[in-house]
Amino acid sequence: MINELIEKIQHAAAHSQTLAMSGSGSKAFYGGELHGITFDVAAHRGIVDYTPTELVLTARSGTPLVEIEQLLSEHNQMLAFEPPHFGPYATLGGCVASGLSGPRRPYSGAVRDFVLGVGMLDGRGQHLKFGGQVMKNVAGYDVSRLMTGSLGTLGVLLDVSLKVLPLPATALSLRFACDQQAAIQRMNSWSRQALPLSATCWENGQLTIRMEGTQRAIQAAHGKLGGELVANDMAFWRDIREQRAAFFLSPLPLWRLSVPSTAAALKPEGPQLIEWGGALRWLYSDSSPGEIRNAAAAAGGQATLFRGGDKRCGVFHPLPSALLAIQRRIKHNFDPHGIFNPCRLFHEF
Amino acid sequence: MNADFLDLLRATLPKHAMLIEPEDLHPYECDGLSAYRQLPLAVCLPETEAQAQQILKLCYRHAVPVVARGAGTGLSGGALPLSHGVILSLARFKQIIAIDAEARTARLQPGVRNLAISEAAAQYGLYYAPDPSSQIACTIGGNVAENSGGVHCLKYGLTVHNLLRLRVITIEGEILEIGNAALDSAGYDLLALLTGSEGMLAVITEVTVKLLAKPERAQVILAAFDDVQKAGQAVGDIISAGIIPAGLEMMDTLAIQAAEDFVHAGYPRDAAAILLCELDGLNEEVSEQMLQLHDILQSSGATSLRTAVDEAERLKFWAGRKAAFPAVGRLSPDYYCMDGTIPRRKLPDVLQRISELSAEYGLRVANVFHAGDGNLHPLILYDANIPGELERTEEFGGKILELCVAAGGTITGEHGVGIEKIDQMCSQFTAPELALFHGIKQAWDETRLLNPGKAVPELHRCAELGAMHVHGGQLKHPELPRF
Repeated sequence: MINELIEKIQHAAAHSQTLAMSGSGSKAFYGGELHGITFDVAAHRGIVDYTPTELVLTARSGTPLVEIEQLLSEHNQMLAFEPPHFGPYATLGGCVASGLSGPRRPYSGAVRDFVLGVGMLDGRGQHLKFGGQVMKNVAGYDVSRLMTGSLGTLGVLLDVSLKVLPLPATALSLRFACDQQAAIQRMNSWSRQALPLSATCWENGQLTIRMEGTQRAIQAAHGKLGGELVANDMAFWRDIREQRAAFFLSPLPLWRLSVPSTAAALKPEGPQLIEWGGALRWLYSDSSPGEIRNAAAAAGGQATLFRGGDKRCGVFHPLPSALLAIQRRIKHNFDPHGIFNPCRLFHEF
Repeated sequence: MNADFLDLLRATLPKHAMLIEPEDLHPYECDGLSAYRQLPLAVCLPETEAQAQQILKLCYRHAVPVVARGAGTGLSGGALPLSHGVILSLARFKQIIAIDAEARTARLQPGVRNLAISEAAAQYGLYYAPDPSSQIACTIGGNVAENSGGVHCLKYGLTVHNLLRLRVITIEGEILEIGNAALDSAGYDLLALLTGSEGMLAVITEVTVKLLAKPERAQVILAAFDDVQKAGQAVGDIISAGIIPAGLEMMDTLAIQAAEDFVHAGYPRDAAAILLCELDGLNEEVSEQMLQLHDILQSSGATSLRTAVDEAERLKFWAGRKAAFPAVGRLSPDYYCMDGTIPRRKLPDVLQRISELSAEYGLRVANVFHAGDGNLHPLILYDANIPGELERTEEFGGKILELCVAAGGTITGEHGVGIEKIDQMCSQFTAPELALFHGIKQAWDETRLLNPGKAVPELHRCAELGAMHVHGGQLKHPELPRF
């Protein structure tokens, strides 16, 4: 299988073809338009190594996320970054390449925080390995994390080693009625206390939080904060993560604004949903991309055109030229012939 | 050329910000790895970012190599000077620029000491989680350059997990902002790439870190074992029970005795191994998990269990561990600290092999182990005044690192490659992987002036070293320069 992939890469490099990386296609909507011959890695699948006491799992990139999550839950463990699937067959490779994390992200960490090592093919068709199966490793540059979120533009992920964590003993979600500004203040001030927060979400006058930990700890925290218990909260958080909640049904372009958690309520017109303790703001708006990006930048953050809209404006927040130049040189180092996912990240490469 | 360059450098900097006399240069001849020493051409101690930028531009124009330096506590020779290069010390960048308690962040100049961050944040009930043992002295800029860990990594992560933003200067003098005060930013993860890059890509002038709420309670338990293997098994049992301790440390007999004789931490001198296991969090959570932990340790065969009765005793238990290196230093004129990481389940095999090698080389080894995350610090005791003993120690150390790689681990968990482990990089990475690393460096520093010769070996050097493994550690071409 790997040899076939290598041959395809070498053929593409020799014939100036471009390759469009694909797992299950669940995240094809994200990033710039795909160009080129579909390069399917979904068949390269299977869990390679998992020893629960090591807190490390290694799997091939085509392995479905559900298969991994199922095995982990049998051993009372989980992917703590709670990845969105966006489709029934979402793969580990797509999860790592997109770099997207779910509701637990500000409290446990992002995908990149759990990636320990990768096996990959570069644009010359070389099989390379970086990082490993251990949690502390500072030998060489951190290529594993560089690959995370690179949207298949640097190489083909073959396998990934991830740190995993135990499932919390119990979880409980609480709801509070409050406006956006009050919600931002509460999420931040609760994070300043030693509370077992594991997810936060505000939308339409309702702040919902999740706490996880041992039974008595959760009860004590509930006593401290009050709030109304949320029934069937697993479904609530899954629908936020998978963007299946009613908020996500709008036909307008969906913008993802990554801002400092304390940023005041953002100006652009349109419905907003806040996650990540205030650090992530989802916005449906047909305001001009410039206006939205300026609002995000003024708050100290960035705006991504997540779904819909006109991608010609650039999906990701533009970079200063000196940073873009470094990124372009890094891309060239991994993929000298420019065959992998051209323009998926930035128009320039 | 040197004289011209130094004149220009002198014109750029205030008089007190530049050292060129040999007696002034001596304090900079090595970092924490004192076996390697070299005087630099000059030491620059800029006080402003603009001065640092001028120095880099000048060095770039004159093709003079630059080695950035923080507190000089690194253990891998990463800040070892080059004879024809400049040391760029960030020691005067000492300001805590701002602490934003509401957002739980701190903006720091790179010369701020690690411990000073938590001290300044304490008034807000916050702290900075990564706590390398050298935290009294080491600086945040160096922590970023090395991706430093500490004893709380398993639960709270390394430096890379606790950073938001860096401000850096490239060798060409360009100032860049990497990351921001939000949780992610567009493009490749350059924040991760710079973390642990050992001063090879850019010079850091500002760091924004995340702060965490201080846990309501922390409680430590000291478990003694009559067998190292049982202690290793206990670690697996704790993790299997779904407990992630804030700290989980193991020490073997020699390390226990050294620490006990040095700081009187209350360690059992006759134990084959001890585990220090700390839980933190909400009061109720710690109470529940302490009961569970007690049961687990008892059934894994602990011969004695002691819970610290108060904060003073908790700190005393930790004082022994944090002083383990200097304590071992008292047993012998010199010691050599290794830093491999292994999958935890391989611990008994690796310790067994280390003890065989110890007998073979006739050199004693004390083992200190970050058991939670698999990071092993064997300390080899030697005497540099005995001719050939340093060389034998380094050879022994190299074998330990190769053993770690063979066990599925790595040659360095947290101390960095620097100059010390440059040869072992050849056994961990293939030529195409090393070539890719060189390409990454060149994307930032095309003429290779930032800390050249460190962290990533030249391919021809690895090719020459290919013989090393065949010939049992005898360098085939000893006349080749080491770096």
